[in-house]
Amino acid sequence: MKLRVSHGPHLFARETTQTLMLDVIIALMPTTLAGIYIFGTRAALVIAISVISSVLFELIWQKLMKKRVTITDLSAVVTGLLLGLNLPCNVPLWMPVIGSAVAILLVKQLFGGIGHNFMNPALFARAVLLASWPLHMTTYNLPQRLFFGSETALSGVDTVASATPLLSIGKLTNTDLLIGNIPGSIGEVCKVAIIIGFIYLMLTKTITWHVPVTFVGTVIIMSYLIGVDGIRAVLTGGVLFGAVFMATDYVTNPMYRLGQCIFGVMCGIIVVVIRKYGGYPEGVTYAILFMNCVSPLIDRYSKKKIYGEVKKSV
Amino acid sequence: MSKNDNNLRGVFINGIFNENPTFRLVLGTCPTLAVTTSAMNGIGMGAAATFVLIGSNVVISLIRSFIPNKVRIPAFIVVICTFVTMVQMLMQAYLPALYDSLGIFIPLIVVNCIILARAEAFAAKNNVIRSAADGLGMGLGFTLSITLIGIIRELFGTGMLFGNQLLGSGYEPMLLLVLAPGGFIVYGLLLGIINAIGERRKKNNKGVTSA
Amino acid sequence: MRLSEVGIFVFMIDCILCNNYIFSRFLGCCPFLGVSSKVETSIGMGIAVTFVMGLASLFTWAVYEYVLLPLDLTYLNTIAFIFIIAALVQFVEMFMKKSLPALYSALGIYLPLITTNCAVLGVALLNIQSSYGLLESVLNGVFGALGFMLAIVIMAGVRERLETSDIPLPFKGFSISLVIAGMMSVAFLGFKGLV
Repeated sequence: MKLRVSHGPHLFARETTQTLMLDVIIALMPTTLAGIYIFGTRAALVIAISVISSVLFELIWQKLMKKRVTITDLSAVVTGLLLGLNLPCNVPLWMPVIGSAVAILLVKQLFGGIGHNFMNPALFARAVLLASWPLHMTTYNLPQRLFFGSETALSGVDTVASATPLLSIGKLTNTDLLIGNIPGSIGEVCKVAIIIGFIYLMLTKTITWHVPVTFVGTVIIMSYLIGVDGIRAVLTGGVLFGAVFMATDYVTNPMYRLGQCIFGVMCGIIVVVIRKYGGYPEGVTYAILFMNCVSPLIDRYSKKKIYGEVKKSV
Repeated sequence: MSKNDNNLRGVFINGIFNENPTFRLVLGTCPTLAVTTSAMNGIGMGAAATFVLIGSNVVISLIRSFIPNKVRIPAFIVVICTFVTMVQMLMQAYLPALYDSLGIFIPLIVVNCIILARAEAFAAKNNVIRSAADGLGMGLGFTLSITLIGIIRELFGTGMLFGNQLLGSGYEPMLLLVLAPGGFIVYGLLLGIINAIGERRKKNNKGVTSA
Repeated sequence: MRLSEVGIFVFMIDCILCNNYIFSRFLGCCPFLGVSSKVETSIGMGIAVTFVMGLASLFTWAVYEYVLLPLDLTYLNTIAFIFIIAALVQFVEMFMKKSLPALYSALGIYLPLITTNCAVLGVALLNIQSSYGLLESVLNGVFGALGFMLAIVIMAGVRERLETSDIPLPFKGFSISLVIAGMMSVAFLGFKGLV
């Protein structure tokens, strides 16, 4: 008999994975619906293509490799959904397809499937698309519909599209930022919806507070330290979405509480540093991907000492 | 005579397929990753390395009986260095544009493991003609491999090949492929695919012999 | 990038994160791929490389400035540098064996491998190319090597974690290591333009 030895998290039981993924999908629904409301049917199309192609790529790979087909565990749906929500609504429609191929085939299946990817698949796919077609990825349409119809707020923003949403939000009020009356990626604009999702994930114990709270807290503190309004720093760009949905991926962040706090704090620091000094207007994607690379080391050095363990002689 | 010819051909072919330095032995990864942003760079780097390989193999084979065993590695390095410096000067004089785009990876041919490995493993033990054939085969194997990587990266990363627009204006180039990550990922995936093809062929051959 | 203009901290960040030796300059890829299967050994390799790269920058700079340049022999720099590095490695090995046996038993096996590490010759050539002064050269060597160490240690961390993963057979080994390095290199893109 061949025993399987592997690191945690042991996400191999199908039922557990499925219910877990279902909870994540439910938590993502408010921000998905808000995104579709704000950016119109085009946003729905991008998300749908992203989800469908993710599931298809997983199915095709598992058929070709003669493996057990596991698309019913819904993990591919989650990856597709996260990828779609990470794109601006006006990207060409082949981009979510390529993104799904990268996320599912390269990041997930090539490394042995669910539980073995060392980076967040959807986020890595976004980084690939961003580096490959920067123009498409940073041209954001203005919202088509606004909550509470505060049209005047957007008149200060560029008329058709703005290259960097972080720079052109000067005139928007915090309320506008909170409810999503701003240009941006489909899923990241409506902060209220993201917070509802966060509360749901906390109530169902799908995630713990450690990563999101330390991440967002660090961004606020660091921003004030360098003389930027910390609250606005969190309400603009992808910090909240990244902290709640991308940085909390079980597989790619540290296993222990202390490690997760280090992970969150480091993400926050890198985001603020890239925003302030870097060549890119937004750093959430790169911060989380970099910390994904470092997670195994954090785990290694933040392991709790086991009582009775004899110290190895040097 | 014909047997000897066959043998020579075997030595030559060996470097291109069975012991391809890039895809089989996985040697010389640094230049492979660094200069393959275009097909032309691949050819240029390959030609420079081939020149050094043949030259050093021939010279080392010629002087192999005179070198005391203890100092053979430093002696090999002196020979290799001489040819690298020659290439460097020739390129600087006649192909300055290519020389600039290959940058410090031309002098770094000195520490390219392929060359020292062939000197030690082949040229130090074989006659001049066989060593030259080995150098040519290995050099061509290296050139073909990195040109292949260069073609893939240039074609899909810029839509061009050897500087000519090839994929049409409708194609939107995947910029990542000509950036640093593109080198690692294209090389890694190609290596895996070639391994898979090799394994399948081995399996098929076994099937034939057992049947 | 000149040290005198940006200060030591920015110079360091540039060497380690923005222009990482592995992820954006492709120097030292052979040991990066070959010696990165265990975290312990990659830390050892990293320390040994840092030591040698710092010293190599110092000596190659001195020889270039005080021997090759005055004698008009700059075309001999490649051959001169490779011998300096080889001699240096030999010397460091002997010195360690005699005076620091504990350190030698930990790092000794990595030292011979460093002679053919192209990052060492690379940094010597880059120092000359960028016409760095003495302090700049040594710092470039040390910080560049720390960047190499960061890369090889996080690589080893990921590879240790993936040891039990069901990676398709033809992709095991070098192939998947290159893909991992490519993915990390994407994460490092975020640091571009930082300084």
